Amino acid sequence: MDKSAAAKPSKQLMSTLPGDDVRQIMWRFSERYDLQMVVQSSREVARGVVANLVANGARNTHDWTPEKNTILTAFDEAGLTQVFMDPEDGGFIEGPKNLALGLVAFELAWVDGGAATSSLASNLGLSPIHEKGTPEQRSKYMNMAVPPQPGEDREIKRGAFALTEPLPFVGVDTGVVSGKLRIDSWEEGQDPVFQVEKRGRFITNMGFADFVTAAVDSDDARIKGSCMVILEESDPGLYDRGTPTQKLVHQLSSTRDPAFNLKIPADRIIGGYTIKDGVIIPNYSHSEIIESVFRRTRVPVGIMSSAKLLSAPEPIIRYHRQRFRGGASIAPGSPRFDLGLQQKEDCLQRLVDVWAAGEAGAALGFYSARMFDDFDMIEKAKEKIFTEQGIKGRAQLKVFRKVQKDALEYLTMKTQPAEEQDTARMQELENDTLTQFLIMDSLANVFCPAGKLWNTGHGATILREAVSLMGGYGITEDCPGFLGQKWMDAQLEATYEGPEAVQRRQLSITMTNELFLFQFRQWINDLRKIASTHPNSGACTLASAMHLWLWTLEYLQQTNDADGKPLFHSSRHGVVFPFADALCWLLASRCQILDMLELEAKGPENPMVAEGLEGYVTFFSDLCHVQAARAAGEVGRICAELAYGYHGHPQWEEEDRKHCFEGEDLDALDSIMPGIGSYGRSLGDTIETDGAHNEKAGPCAKSCRSGFVKLRARLDVCLTGSRLSKDRAAEALAQVMIPEALDYPR
Amino acid sequence: MSGGFHIVVCGSLVPDPLQTLEPIEGPTGPALKNEMMLPAVLDPWAGHALFEAAELAKNVPDSKVWLVSLGPKAKLQQLMMSIAQKVSFELVAIDGSAGGFTDPFDVAATLADAIGKIDGLDRSKLLLFGGCASASRDSGVTMQMVAERLDIVDQFLAVDKLTVGDDGVLEILERIEAGQYQASSCDGAPAMLGWATGSLPEPPNNPQVGMMNMRTVMPALQRAQAAQVGIGGVQYAAVELPKQRRETRVVNDTPAEEIAQEIVDWLKA
Repeated sequence: MDKSAAAKPSKQLMSTLPGDDVRQIMWRFSERYDLQMVVQSSREVARGVVANLVANGARNTHDWTPEKNTILTAFDEAGLTQVFMDPEDGGFIEGPKNLALGLVAFELAWVDGGAATSSLASNLGLSPIHEKGTPEQRSKYMNMAVPPQPGEDREIKRGAFALTEPLPFVGVDTGVVSGKLRIDSWEEGQDPVFQVEKRGRFITNMGFADFVTAAVDSDDARIKGSCMVILEESDPGLYDRGTPTQKLVHQLSSTRDPAFNLKIPADRIIGGYTIKDGVIIPNYSHSEIIESVFRRTRVPVGIMSSAKLLSAPEPIIRYHRQRFRGGASIAPGSPRFDLGLQQKEDCLQRLVDVWAAGEAGAALGFYSARMFDDFDMIEKAKEKIFTEQGIKGRAQLKVFRKVQKDALEYLTMKTQPAEEQDTARMQELENDTLTQFLIMDSLANVFCPAGKLWNTGHGATILREAVSLMGGYGITEDCPGFLGQKWMDAQLEATYEGPEAVQRRQLSITMTNELFLFQFRQWINDLRKIASTHPNSGACTLASAMHLWLWTLEYLQQTNDADGKPLFHSSRHGVVFPFADALCWLLASRCQILDMLELEAKGPENPMVAEGLEGYVTFFSDLCHVQAARAAGEVGRICAELAYGYHGHPQWEEEDRKHCFEGEDLDALDSIMPGIGSYGRSLGDTIETDGAHNEKAGPCAKSCRSGFVKLRARLDVCLTGSRLSKDRAAEALAQVMIPEALDYPR
Repeated sequence: MSGGFHIVVCGSLVPDPLQTLEPIEGPTGPALKNEMMLPAVLDPWAGHALFEAAELAKNVPDSKVWLVSLGPKAKLQQLMMSIAQKVSFELVAIDGSAGGFTDPFDVAATLADAIGKIDGLDRSKLLLFGGCASASRDSGVTMQMVAERLDIVDQFLAVDKLTVGDDGVLEILERIEAGQYQASSCDGAPAMLGWATGSLPEPPNNPQVGMMNMRTVMPALQRAQAAQVGIGGVQYAAVELPKQRRETRVVNDTPAEEIAQEIVDWLKA
């Protein structure tokens, strides 16, 4: 390789750790003052109350103690309880709140994942009511859950969410609900009174929840199907919070296994009901409600794990630099005193990996959160249209089959040069709610599970790296930045709201959506263009990896395995699950590159950022390159395993022998083409006259997947320069200015 | 007390005290390395003044609080995302340097000029609040010069407590040496109070307060006038961080009484 061509250009390095101004630009809330304030509020709670609890050992008990309860009070005082609410319900943020909740989760998880979970779980308890509740239910429970306003004399009521059953959209039977709903009494002319039996498992917030939104199934011929109901502690009957779950992690959230056997009035069915021929028909089944709830709530969980990764570099850098200080022979001003372990390349480069993974995860998480903010609006508009037209259930799918064509037409038209577009048609489709909904829906159905799966799963793996960079200190309770706790907590985050298999299952279905794939192809073109102006960003590497992924998808969809069975089938988890994993790497890396470009574009507008912008952009670009190379490696590996792995290895004795050279033939040719005998033997598998051949499994598989070979080879070459970027990022870490001390606990 | 106070708090930002502060020689004189990029906080003494002002305004009807801040506009905006959530005030922003090497004479002139231009400010009701010193440089002279320029002659420094009587008389406790207070009485506004720590804790962030404040904060930042404040005529012979002093002795099994006696002896010496 020509090394001279790869000479390092001299660039300004990052001089300080990225602050709020940088993050506001990258995550697109520099114009949202409401969100900036929420960030400050969350940070104060996280690094104050929460960090002190962790430092003082509050995690060492499973019980919900009075000390832990101070977290809830801090949430209330700092306005975090209201972030979820609309202004008419006592909140202060207008419009969708996915990004806001993501930022709250980020700040809290920066210190402790359990505290972040407590915050999110309160919202989760309210979510069924928020999404599908009647206006009366929304008004009552939202207002109960916000802190009292001046002049009000009441206690805040807190909620929990009791599902326990599998999530929807994952090919499992969501119809199986353990909770039972029966009619206890139904007087003539009166509303019925219900009897509810429900046992919950691993229910968050159950140590203090005043009400529970619970999934139940009919156990009475006079009630049709399933639904969700609201249970209150004051309802007559049993409201047993159950025993605390013996969690190894997330001890700053309360988790219990409750049992309920309560009488509740009819207006507790979430979304209400209608009566037909003496049968109560809930307006929403439990699966309809939880589908709309879980569609969004997984996004902040993914962000939590990434926050922890991004919280790691500062304490690790400080530890590395100060590692040898205090030793009698280490003089101040010496490299050993100033740089400590950072004199060695390994700790710097491994930290680059940690930071790059955190950036990619945060980029993916916040991209998804912003997407859901847009999606919320369009989904509401879609529901309004269907409600007005009286279209429900499967009839909606029929409508969407037609809209799918319009959506593809719109996407195709968008790729054309402006002068070739049918402007009127373009405008028409742009304004068509259902078309736009379908396009965004195809993305939301991929990004939500992808962020949850990759951020938490890969995040947990990389957090282990972070812990290891602190040496033995990393696995102690008093490790600065609580890295050991964060690592262990990540394992639970990978399970919250559906374990990894659930996310993979959803992705395996949604990633083949035609609309998604169309946009995915367009992203490859976009990345090539980005690469032409940002050659060190890894955009080209990523585009090549995406190309390989697409090729492999088509190949897998058209190919059978050695036994003649289709390779790509939703129940063939050995194929579709790793393939879904590969997609997550690509999505995260792409979002990371987009964030870097946003910083580069908008940074000059902010004088605080502008001063060090070149250094930030260089550093983040280098991280993009590092991460893209890592993603390319993963995608190449997974695709190669899937493309080759399901074919039987050629055998010496069988049909495959035809593809081998015959030793006798090579020797004969050698007389007219001197050297072909030995050259041919070095080039391919050869079988000698006596049947001898090299000792190995069989002849090498031929390039029946030659398209794959070319793309894989290209991908490998596309890694060019990625390690130079890593070197430069590592250099930045060795000289970046960090605070004198960690700012938590305060 | 009728009519309330018009409380103007002078306060700006200083680098977050946890940051590494490294003096360098900039193009216009001494500066801190990467100062523009370092996170900033409200000057702690000015913060105490602001929280005391808000509490006073809450307790005295018809009072109003202004916060007059001289600092880089973009940094002030970041600061407001936290400070504006704590108490209610109206911001008067001035776009200029908030560094520790600026000439207090220039700073005082700029602040006094901005205060003089506040619409609706009744000088007869004016209580001028600020920190008795600054975390960026402990010269402690700015507030007096602002007061002089505003013709405020009743000036109190290192204030820890202000009590307003029903008749409007101000009872003030100022810190003096040896942990003692000097108690003063003042007929009422106008007066200048340079606060020490006061007695109030930092209020928690409340985004709803912030949303209310933002209605005036953002326009104020947008119309902030640029001010030329720098090192002026000051000549710095040398700039360096205070040296860390560590005089640690490791002693074992010393009775508490003996330790206490040693501390008392040290204090007396």
